[in-house]
Amino acid sequence: MNAPVRLKTSAMIASIAAEGQRTISAPFGHALAKAAESRPRIVGMTADLGKYTDLHIFQAAHPDRFYQMGMAEQLLMMSAAGMAREGFQPWVTTYAVFAARRAYDFLCLAIAEEDLDVKVVCALPGLTTGYGPSHQATEDLAIFRGMPNLTIIDPCDAIEIEQATTALADHRGPVYMRLLRGKVPAVLDEYDYKFELGKAKLLRDGNDVLIVSSGLMTMRALETADALRADKVDVAVLHVPTIKPLDEATILVAAGAKPGRLVVVAENHSVIGGLGEAVAGAMMRGGVHAPFRQVGLPDAFLDAGALPTLHDRYGISTKAMTDNIKAWLAA
Amino acid sequence: MSASAAVNMPVRQLAEHAYHIRKHALRMGAVQGQGYIGQALGVADVLAVSYFRALRYRPEEPQWEGRDRFLLSIGHYAIALYAALIEAGIVPFEERETYGSDDSRLPMSGMASYTPGMEISGGSLGQGLGIAVGMALGLKRKGSDRFVYNLLSDGELGEGSTWEAAMSAPHWKLDNLIAIVDFNNQQADGPSMDVLGHPDLVAKFEAFGWHAQRVDGNDIEALVAAFDAARELREPRPRIIICDTLMGRGVPFLESREKTHFIRVDEDEWDKAIADVDAGWVARGGAVNSAI
Repeated sequence: MNAPVRLKTSAMIASIAAEGQRTISAPFGHALAKAAESRPRIVGMTADLGKYTDLHIFQAAHPDRFYQMGMAEQLLMMSAAGMAREGFQPWVTTYAVFAARRAYDFLCLAIAEEDLDVKVVCALPGLTTGYGPSHQATEDLAIFRGMPNLTIIDPCDAIEIEQATTALADHRGPVYMRLLRGKVPAVLDEYDYKFELGKAKLLRDGNDVLIVSSGLMTMRALETADALRADKVDVAVLHVPTIKPLDEATILVAAGAKPGRLVVVAENHSVIGGLGEAVAGAMMRGGVHAPFRQVGLPDAFLDAGALPTLHDRYGISTKAMTDNIKAWLAA
Repeated sequence: MSASAAVNMPVRQLAEHAYHIRKHALRMGAVQGQGYIGQALGVADVLAVSYFRALRYRPEEPQWEGRDRFLLSIGHYAIALYAALIEAGIVPFEERETYGSDDSRLPMSGMASYTPGMEISGGSLGQGLGIAVGMALGLKRKGSDRFVYNLLSDGELGEGSTWEAAMSAPHWKLDNLIAIVDFNNQQADGPSMDVLGHPDLVAKFEAFGWHAQRVDGNDIEALVAAFDAARELREPRPRIIICDTLMGRGVPFLESREKTHFIRVDEDEWDKAIADVDAGWVARGGAVNSAI
């Protein structure tokens, strides 16, 4: 008997892992629970999304250090500010749309303006749910890049989420980190890579194209590089997990290293206000004038649907990126 | 002022502190020719009772861990809080003349990074009570028995975030949280009760699980009783004191002047206002303190 055909859905929770891809379960929750063992200042706080941000792992390990603040994101940010004022390091979780859109003023003034040690970790960044615009944080980086004092992290995979969580626990100051939760692909341990706050790193070199990428798009960039090898296109990948402060020096060296090499910035975010424009600005200021393209989401409220469908539709799947780069090189 | 020194302070001494707070505020208003002086005059009695009856603090050590925290979410009341902080010896008297000037530690809107004794940055209304919830949780986590006070305004009750905090504080049984509402019934576009009515506030907060009191915020005896009751209550819930105050209190020509959020004070009126405050104190049998 054949297995039933599963219809594609626009469910809220969907894995970004490809069929058969190696994954690690709840890397953030486990890493935070472990970090907290030796760091008593850490507390976890959420606005009714503990299970959906993997904070329930922390809750189970440290129940007396977990604060369920209810479905109240403004309060979540304010109370985290209060906790930080009393010397604790709150890790607060919600969805990226709610932190960026609903709780902006509270994160901005109660936390960032005061330079408080609060880590805001948010699931469903960019287009990682097919649920529609209410849950698709396609402009979170644009919103947060303008916020002074705020460090912004867009990790690639489970390995990096674990490393970044530990690194951020030892860093003082407000941070926004985009979160991949649930079964998260593990990729970067195949490379000689270690997360360092504020550092961009070249994962592979190549002569024809430089992909500058963050978040899950670095996974796609590495797959694209493999795919383009068949077409004798040699692709370099520069991974930029820290969106702010941006490692402009490394980006400029990479972008200017090989004259004429196409620079493609790939991000799981609107083409407005994210990594692409940040890199473009850095290149302009730095006098690096390479051919430049962006892989990112359009300036639009996106459709509901299954993630693979939507990633193809909006150009951030490996196939779409591969096809686009081939077309740009041929143009 | 330590708790032991303040706790038995008679009403008359508190009234003298309130007189001084009004005078400090008027002096600062005169420096800039503006400021939210109507609010400062109105809330002076509440601040006198707060700083000389209720709060535990060390003037020379504003960040002393054992202090009670006083959070001003209404940043535009900074002139009032500076006056109280000067009176309490937390902000040096000499800095009074810098109010609102470039590079002063006393900017016109209250911000934590500028001023000793200013616990939070106010101004974006609706943030204070939620921060207070977090600090109260943090204090409990540390095993501290100190209180968190949050002074908010009636207009600020229009912010939804205030009500998120109002729901949360009883949920966490925050018996170390005391909210104070300066209810002067004025906000930017008119009387607060017209802009967005707040009827039955005591019943509302009680229904949310708070211990709620409503008092004449310009009656020091009533304030003392309310603050004492709030501190001494042995019930596991947060407390709120709604204080009905009169903007411009202590300066008759300002009390009766048409007002909304701002009370106009003409350039030649600052000295007259100070003379009125002095006269009011003399009428109560006090002596004018010309040193301030």
